[in-house]
Amino acid sequence: MGSSEIRIAGFGGQGVILAGMVIGKAAAIHDGKSVTLTQSFGPEARGSACSVQLIVSTEAILYPYLSHPDILVVMSQEAAARFCPELKPGGTLIYEQDLIQLGTLPPGVKKYGISATRLAEELGRKLVLNMVMVGFVTAVTGLATPEAARKAVADSVPRGTETLNLAAFEKGFAYGQSQAAALRQVA
Amino acid sequence: MLTGAHFLDGDQAACEGALAAGANFAAGYPITPSTEVVERFAARIPTVGGTFLQMEDELASSIAILGAAWGGAKAFTVTSGPGFSLMMEHLGYAAMTETPCVLVDVQRGGPSTGLPTLPGQADMMQARWGSHGDYEIIALCPNSPQECFDLMIDAFNLAERYRTPVLFMMDECVGHMTEKVVIPSAEKIEIVPRRFTSLPPGEYKPFQAGEDGVPEMVKAGDGYRIHVTGLTHDEQGYPAMNWRGQEKLLRRLVDKVRKHPPVRYEERDLEDADVVVLAYGITSRVALRALQMARAEGIRAGLHRPIIVWPFPEKRIRELAAKAKAFVVVEMNYGQIVHEVERLAGGKVPVTLVPHAGGTVHEPEVILKAIREAAQ
Repeated sequence: MGSSEIRIAGFGGQGVILAGMVIGKAAAIHDGKSVTLTQSFGPEARGSACSVQLIVSTEAILYPYLSHPDILVVMSQEAAARFCPELKPGGTLIYEQDLIQLGTLPPGVKKYGISATRLAEELGRKLVLNMVMVGFVTAVTGLATPEAARKAVADSVPRGTETLNLAAFEKGFAYGQSQAAALRQVA
Repeated sequence: MLTGAHFLDGDQAACEGALAAGANFAAGYPITPSTEVVERFAARIPTVGGTFLQMEDELASSIAILGAAWGGAKAFTVTSGPGFSLMMEHLGYAAMTETPCVLVDVQRGGPSTGLPTLPGQADMMQARWGSHGDYEIIALCPNSPQECFDLMIDAFNLAERYRTPVLFMMDECVGHMTEKVVIPSAEKIEIVPRRFTSLPPGEYKPFQAGEDGVPEMVKAGDGYRIHVTGLTHDEQGYPAMNWRGQEKLLRRLVDKVRKHPPVRYEERDLEDADVVVLAYGITSRVALRALQMARAEGIRAGLHRPIIVWPFPEKRIRELAAKAKAFVVVEMNYGQIVHEVERLAGGKVPVTLVPHAGGTVHEPEVILKAIREAAQ
């Protein structure tokens, strides 16, 4: 696969960093790939712009940052406005479709929308929208294998919340599989 | 011991390295981007036994670890540039009293409060010369979370072997990047224990050293009456404030490191290299990326990465200067380690600096350009 660059962005409190940690852990620990994760966030605990960047590679990673991600996951309008322009042409955009109105995108971008917050609310906890998103990203991108991602969810979330978070993952994963299949049919 | 594979940032890995090395005392005044080291230590230490003290400032933190060390603990403190400046007084006190300890500096952009959340490598000369007076120092530079773990153990071991403060010079990028970190089982980790004296009270002199220049220690509460002072002192530890006392003590403090310098570096593709790129910490990874690009263009260039930056690997740099055509020094500052390379190259080969003010890492293309020019 060579090397893939992914950015996940939203606002503080959405669990953006943890979503990145889960995907990173899945690829690095359970799939045996090289992964470098960096993060940026404001001084506020909630509400500020927040993003996590991952490089996933089959080779050693030297340069730690990314400039034009292959995959962009956005969970807020602010994050979409800021990061969509830098998505690689032909790259993959994954977005929270109830929170974001997309503007102009680089050419050839594949779009996958999900109502992650609403799906999380259906499970009774809006808080797990990040794991819905992790499931969706896993299904759509194949950055990590589903088995690795499930293990990473289970050993990354607070003890006692594994069942709920795994349910959120499965919900996003199933929706992602259906969307990817639909997109293949259109193509 | 958390034996196994983990997904940790450099700060957390440094904490685990300290715990693996046997650290049982830390004092700190948390500061970005180093906070996660002590945050994790404070969370972990109740389960493994030991003490974390959140102090009122960096002066208190840096003297608390020296007290702890004389109480028998393996002790460290953690800071970033502004706090590092405040710790210089006690760094000198640690060197003078030969107190084994580790100071972690997760470097950020400076001077002053500078760039709290962004990287720098501009404390490297402060690490060498920051406290007043003559002394030798040992400083290590990790370039990944895995090395933050591995080298932290070495840092504690070097502190015991030489009885000096050891500086662990990270940078924000390495501190906050998360990668796989493999923690081996306890029996696979070599720990250098503190050398306590076997002499009884009355015969023991706290600053009398053997062949290697390193005296044996005692700890408070063991029944020895000793005197520890920052004043120039004799073998008993009492003030000896004249040129003879100064000459005798300073000569030993300097020679215990200079005569048996710890050397550790990594080299890549230097066998046929015309251009030697020298870089350390996170910058070495970016430089290696540039070197791959240079090799792809057919330029014969290789990397020398000091891992123990102080004492500087003088012998090796002189050897390289004798056969290379040029040095390219890449560092996230406006010229610090480059002065060492220039001194050792002695005018035999040109030395080019690729500087960066900090805040992010170099672009590999900028380094590549310097390599191309040096190769001509």
